[in-house]
Amino acid sequence: MHSTPTTASELFTRASAAKLDSKCPSGPMSERWDKHRFDLKLVNPANKRKFHALVVGTGLAGASAAASLAELGYQVSVFCIHDSPRRAHSIAAQGGINAAKNYPNDGDSIRRLFYDTVKGGDFRARESNVYRLAQVSNNIIDQCVAQGVPFAREYGGLLDNRSFGGAQVSRTFYARGQTGQQLLLGAYQALMRQVGLGRVTLHARHEMLDLVVVDGIARGIVTRDVVSGEIESYAGDAVLLCTGGYGNVFYLSTNAKKSNVTAAWRAHKRGALFANPCFTQIHPTCIPVSGSHQSKLTLMSESLRNDGRVWVPKNKGDKRSPDSIPDGERDYYLERRYPSFGNLVPRDIASRAAKQMVDDGRGVGGNGMSVFLDFRDAIKRDGESKIRERYGNLFQMYERITDEDPYRVPMRMYPAVHYTMGGVWVDYNLESTVPGLFVLGEANFSDHGANRLGASALMQGLADGYFVIPYTIGAHFASRKLGKVTTEHEAFREAEGAVRARVKKLLATDGRRTVDQFHRQLGLLMWDHCGMGRSEKGLTHALGQIRSLRDEFHQDVRVLGENESVNMSLENAGRVADFFELAELMVIDALHRRESCGGHFREEYQTEEGEARRDDENFCYVAAWEHAQAGGAPRWSLHTEPLSFEEVKLTQRSYK
Amino acid sequence: MSAGHDDHGTGGLDLTLHIWRQESSEAEGRFETYPLHGVSPDMSFLEMLDVLNEQLTLEGRDPVAFDHDCREGICGSCGMMINGQAHGPERETATCQLHMRRFKSGDTIFIEPFRARAFPLLKDLVVDRSAFDRIIAKGGFISVNTGSARDANSLPAAKQDADLSMDAAACIGCGACVAACPNAAAMLFVGAKVSHLGLLPQGKPERSRRVLAMVAQMDAEGFGNCGNIYECEAACPKAISVENIARLNRDYLLASATERPSSAQGEGA
Ligand SMILES: Cc1cc2nc3c(=O)[nH]c(=O)nc-3n(C[C@H](O)[C@H](O)[C@H](O)COP(=O)(O)OP(=O)(O)OC[C@H]3O[C@@H](n4cnc5c(N)ncnc54)[C@H](O)[C@@H]3O)c2cc1C
Ligand code: SF4
Ligand code: FES
Repeated sequence: MHSTPTTASELFTRASAAKLDSKCPSGPMSERWDKHRFDLKLVNPANKRKFHALVVGTGLAGASAAASLAELGYQVSVFCIHDSPRRAHSIAAQGGINAAKNYPNDGDSIRRLFYDTVKGGDFRARESNVYRLAQVSNNIIDQCVAQGVPFAREYGGLLDNRSFGGAQVSRTFYARGQTGQQLLLGAYQALMRQVGLGRVTLHARHEMLDLVVVDGIARGIVTRDVVSGEIESYAGDAVLLCTGGYGNVFYLSTNAKKSNVTAAWRAHKRGALFANPCFTQIHPTCIPVSGSHQSKLTLMSESLRNDGRVWVPKNKGDKRSPDSIPDGERDYYLERRYPSFGNLVPRDIASRAAKQMVDDGRGVGGNGMSVFLDFRDAIKRDGESKIRERYGNLFQMYERITDEDPYRVPMRMYPAVHYTMGGVWVDYNLESTVPGLFVLGEANFSDHGANRLGASALMQGLADGYFVIPYTIGAHFASRKLGKVTTEHEAFREAEGAVRARVKKLLATDGRRTVDQFHRQLGLLMWDHCGMGRSEKGLTHALGQIRSLRDEFHQDVRVLGENESVNMSLENAGRVADFFELAELMVIDALHRRESCGGHFREEYQTEEGEARRDDENFCYVAAWEHAQAGGAPRWSLHTEPLSFEEVKLTQRSYK
Repeated sequence: MSAGHDDHGTGGLDLTLHIWRQESSEAEGRFETYPLHGVSPDMSFLEMLDVLNEQLTLEGRDPVAFDHDCREGICGSCGMMINGQAHGPERETATCQLHMRRFKSGDTIFIEPFRARAFPLLKDLVVDRSAFDRIIAKGGFISVNTGSARDANSLPAAKQDADLSMDAAACIGCGACVAACPNAAAMLFVGAKVSHLGLLPQGKPERSRRVLAMVAQMDAEGFGNCGNIYECEAACPKAISVENIARLNRDYLLASATERPSSAQGEGA
């Protein structure tokens, strides 16, 4: 058993030296990105082909980056776990992508998108980054339309917009319920065009298992071919991690099954600081858990809240069927508590409110673990056919999973883990603390602060890949001395050896429990103690448990088969081993942040009305953790990057 | 997760599974039989296989390899023949969205990989569908470099065309159409892409070149010819219509008649 730490100093140390330079430009906010681009060194066109970028991941961030860099003339190699780049988890995004086009003429602007994102993130993001994101949002839509993304259109042939995820303007572009699919296919096709032209080399079914750093600069990766088991090295002049989020640390989440933290985590252990790991987004509208066999959770797009009304019975333990509960005995709690935003409050607030109802004994469904999302009134108002047109595919998906017809019976929903705002720390150039290692998309600690607004992840992934990295990577190539490095270098030998040893150990453990058994147990601990509600007591308890379980994992896991063929449990085991270490850091981060902000809700720090209470005096910073191994067990030291708000005034968020 | 269990149906289903096992592309394959008891009707088909794999692992036997990821019918990773049907008995449903309530206790289920010359088997139920990627690389795109796009609303598209384009773009690249086709043709997949891009004004300039290049690669990969049997449409989890094959044929004929051969491999920058 591990002893339970009681004081902060036993948990982590504070780094003394200032290590974090965000490289944010100064001057008027609206001119910063322009000025920065002008100040960045350029690579001469004839020299571009001498530089080789290794892009890991082919979701929106990776595919867009790889295609854009190849178009510029750089040599590019691309890696993904899947059999095809088109299968990255981005494909599953449903709802839409934001941009400040203001086509509906309803008052949107770059400034408003910027403002909403900073406020929505509960003032834990960098203003300069968010402003840039809002600026390039419009270019993204132009680019995607030109690539053939079939966004929804109006009868006049122009693009249609909808309001989404708590925004009071209609700024969301969408392609039915498959926006992520269509955006990813656009980026994938741009990438495959470059593959066809011989400018990108594609390595599908290759999992990155280590980062190689030579003379302090990221110069390569080590991968495992998941079909042949071969451990291979690749050398280059820059490494781009575009490997997605780590929500699967909770076992049950809306993420695809292969989503993982491994690439980011191995980079972290090679020196990249990991920022705000405890900032997790729990999405309010997901299909509730139905049984212990459940392998993942399914999101129901938040657009449903545009027409569906959320409620629970007023009385505890009311087990009547919903249609026999009269309106007077229903509590439309979001409309009651937040009259101006109603059912459209941001995700963190809607999720927390659902949890409060369930904790209060007013949850519905067999086990009382869900709330109703009811379309009765919308169907009455607009007719069933209108609702079918808007949400037909979602209703069908719901019925397929639950065997209940949402046109007749209200949907039952419960929050589920969905997105991770935390990730590898990067500066304004998207460069981590390891020079030459860039991190894009959900894998970086993001522009979303402590809570992401709906339809903003797709925007950020594509902003990073299409419109930021093509500029900022040039400065790395042009200004650093990058001597020739090949995979013969000692650092590659060492990293390959470490990877081989890890694989061998997992196969040799020959314990009694399966990888999934451990993963489920870890997930449950995280959900109960580092999920929607967090407390000193619960987190401290979880920390001890995670450490013990991690030790048991390494002594008792059973991974059958061999390295030299397709081996799903071996792949999984490696990912779960990394999740164990990440889980520990998430809990430490949550313990250290003695405030509530966005998705991070510390029960000790709330207002009288049960809303998150920030502590701007002490915690208005990015927490960036440095990894240090101390006698076998991981140990971390904390670096902080102070956040200042010049444009958006620090206020308590209110959606009342 | 702290939510308890709602499993209705006490006891669950008892099934007999016959699953294709094959170590590698070179090895000999065979069916193996696995009885499985107490399967909850609320499970998805892949969750049922998860349960089997957990059981096999605990018994010290090699689990069954299969491809999967999103488990919500959108990534196109999963796909197997279930009792001789690609993605199983339910229409417009990928394997991962098929639920066990579709089966009865006492059922026997045969599970095999997608079989086609152009999809070599890697292990058990896992096949190599990279031929699809190579077809896209030849022409399944619109040539527009990052940054060179005009304002998105400067080129309107008729709603009807945009909707038809979206219908075709919904293809998830799973390969069921190929597996279901007696000739292992890839016409539905290629037709869907040709339609998705060709129906939009943005995709028109490259329409001829695209179709010629994609069809040439499709043939080079060893996919068969369309016999107008339309098993593909019946198996497709996204209800991609065979109208897209008709459009492909039309575009191809027109392009063959008008396009000069050299431009088929154009650079398209
Ligand atoms: C169900 C769902 C719906 C969503 N809907 C929306 C929405 O409507 N709007 C919105 O803005 N956002 C939405 N999101 C969030 C958004 O989809 C993601 O944040 C975003 O797509 C992440 O993109 P990415 O490129 O960073 O990573 P991913 O798309 O996750 O791609 C990761 C890539 O990295 C590869 N990879 C991972 N690890 C390794 C490794 N070790 N070695 C090699 N390759 C590796 C994978 O193969 C994959 O190619 C949704 C998320 C979910 C779960
Ligand atoms: S056309 Fe249908 S069956 Fe064929 S690959 Fe696309 S989605 Fe799958
Ligand atoms: S697992 Fe993604 S489509 Fe079935």
